Amino acid sequence: MKKYLGSCAVAAIVLATAGVVQARDQIQIAGSSTVLPYASIVAEAFGENFEFPTPVVESGGSGAGRKKLCEGVGENTVDIANSSSRIKQSDIDTCAANGVKEIQEVRIGYDGIVFASEINGPEYAFTPADWHNALAAKVLKDGQLVDNPYKAWNEIRADLPAQPILAFIPGTKHGTREVFDEKVLIAGCEENGTAEAIKAAGGEEKECMTLRTDGVSVDIDGDYTETLARVDANKNGIGVFGLSFYQNNTDKLRVGTMGGVVPSVETIASGEYPVSRPLYFYVKNAHLDVIPGLQEYVEFFVSDEMAGPNGPLAAYGLVSDPELAKTQAAVKARTPMGALN
Amino acid sequence: MTDVSVFGNVAKDIQTKSILEPDARTRRRNAAEARFRLWGAIAVALGVLALVGLLASIFSNGLSSFRQTYVTLDVFLDPAKLDKDGSRDPASIAKVSTFGYTPLIEKALAEAMAAKGISVDGMNAKAASELISKEAPASLRNHVIANPSEIGETVSFDLLASGRIDGYYKGRVTMESAALDRNTSPEQLQLAERLKEAGILTTRFNWDFFTAPDASDTRPEASGLGVAILGSAYMMLIVLVLSLPLGVAASIYLEEFAPQNRFTDLIEVNIANLAAVPSIVFGILGLAVFINFAGLPQSAPIVGGLVLTLMTLPTIIIATRAALKAVPPSIRDAALGVGASKMQSIFHHVLPLAMPGILTGTIIGLAQALGETAPLLLIGMVAFVREYPAGPPDGFFDPASALPVQVYNWTQRGDPAFVERASGAIIVLLVFLILMNLIAIILRRRFERRW
Repeated sequence: MKKYLGSCAVAAIVLATAGVVQARDQIQIAGSSTVLPYASIVAEAFGENFEFPTPVVESGGSGAGRKKLCEGVGENTVDIANSSSRIKQSDIDTCAANGVKEIQEVRIGYDGIVFASEINGPEYAFTPADWHNALAAKVLKDGQLVDNPYKAWNEIRADLPAQPILAFIPGTKHGTREVFDEKVLIAGCEENGTAEAIKAAGGEEKECMTLRTDGVSVDIDGDYTETLARVDANKNGIGVFGLSFYQNNTDKLRVGTMGGVVPSVETIASGEYPVSRPLYFYVKNAHLDVIPGLQEYVEFFVSDEMAGPNGPLAAYGLVSDPELAKTQAAVKARTPMGALN
Repeated sequence: MTDVSVFGNVAKDIQTKSILEPDARTRRRNAAEARFRLWGAIAVALGVLALVGLLASIFSNGLSSFRQTYVTLDVFLDPAKLDKDGSRDPASIAKVSTFGYTPLIEKALAEAMAAKGISVDGMNAKAASELISKEAPASLRNHVIANPSEIGETVSFDLLASGRIDGYYKGRVTMESAALDRNTSPEQLQLAERLKEAGILTTRFNWDFFTAPDASDTRPEASGLGVAILGSAYMMLIVLVLSLPLGVAASIYLEEFAPQNRFTDLIEVNIANLAAVPSIVFGILGLAVFINFAGLPQSAPIVGGLVLTLMTLPTIIIATRAALKAVPPSIRDAALGVGASKMQSIFHHVLPLAMPGILTGTIIGLAQALGETAPLLLIGMVAFVREYPAGPPDGFFDPASALPVQVYNWTQRGDPAFVERASGAIIVLLVFLILMNLIAIILRRRFERRW
């Protein structure tokens, strides 16, 4: 018994020390859960077609991913951070302070945000102004700023369905919420004149984003699967989804139009559909020649056969970047990004 | 004095009634007991109901993941496409990417349909080829690279059917839902039916679910638990090898040798406390100590194993100390009495008698560690990992996933086919847990001695 215990302990110590000297041979990626499906599609194809092992893709959120990227240079830090919003100057400063001097910014395409309800429900034709009227705490009614009085969609605009208002929107920790705030709530606030009224009353524009708290707008902190379950349980609820998620669940969801435009890869690429955002990943240049396959992975990700309009990413719901050729050239030249203005 | 009068009254009551006829007080006590039993039964029934509901939902969702639909095709491995210079050199064959294999499959399917006289109106070859998983070109390519001599021959392959077609045979996709679904169409389902009649398309047991690695969101049909099972097994091995000797040594020392003073009291309180610390705390510790300070790799079973060891140690120490305490002092006294040293008395007599209890505690601790997700979140194991880790001990440092992590991962995916996969993974995890707990019960029943 004693001998056995002793040999176990020795084995454990040997194991623990052996790892420190071992080199890493696969790419490590962390970050946004919105970019994760695209990154895993590319990683899978990369592992199949190249000599290098399949990269490991972690999720955990854009902010967490950038923080990990900026922890420093070395094998136990990540090589790439996926991000559904642009990197912040504070991140770049942290990076620089930790010795991560050169970062490449790679825009992989655009992601659409759609508004969808239960498949058997009525059709919705929204405008950003409708959404602001439905969800904001204070709205303009008969020229007065009042606490939101609307209970049903047809009270806002007569040609909307007579359904109670109930919206499942992404929680504040999601990158999607930023886009929702900016492209829907603020845009709608300006469209229906509330913004002017707020300014006239001495308020600031960000008050447009204050949401009503009577249970009509529900923050979802989980992912789209949770939103889908909530829409399933509340037949008159409307959920906010990513385009790719909706495209995988077209048999359960009915998508609403925004400003008369049906969301699709094409309408988002052309800019007709207003609610979209670019997706990025950030590469640590110092790792490019150290981690085998990193340069090849980055080039493969933005290649026409992956990220192009006919590639698997577009088939999954990514809106291909019209300036992909520019990105491909930048990636080849390893152009680091400068400071943000 | 009042006591006496009360007793007097009771005595009078009893005297006036037959002993067989219950008085009001007895009836009240009986009713209270009946009520308590009823509440107990209701509580148990509610518990059982919740368990049955949970299991029913998991099994109804998940059992279908153990079956999978395949399309059997004879694919002509065209040398003109796969080996342009005719050298059969693996390096030049590897230059043809999976995109180059798709047309071969498309052609093979079209030929098979023509041979059986199958056609569906309004369907071109490309729409028909969407019946077959996007994983198929990759498995074809792997086969060709492994067997370059087969180029130029016609080889029969069992290729995965796409997730939607597979879902059709599991009741997840219907003709009505397919009409609304942009990833499939009723025509494709009709074609699948015809192929099934012709014997080209079959649904059978899905061994790949236990061996295949994870797959991306576009091919749920190819995803499996291979890497997760391996990662969990590695972690459990590390936990066992580290926490059993450490935990047993610590408890023997604390229980048998350590002096009773403030310091050991403090240690005791801390161990009891650590057993109740939320597991995510150990994850934060693991990130800071093992990854940032010690420089161990991310996403690796070694770090997961170390973190889970820390989490399991208190459980094992508490169980071991209880088992040691249960050995009566007469055993120790007898051993000491015939001249054994203290250490001899413990290792020759006390420890063997306490072993069933120690092993039961260890297995229950391991089972707890097996189902743990939260600490792994922080050390990068909640990730998309497709490469199998190498054999131990090198594999301890390779990235891997774990069973509960795989469940968490799959529930977040957009494709509805992953719901089935997640429930299937839960079933596998449950089976492992039941096995471990069964072993613990058997050990206890067979070897435990009572004094």
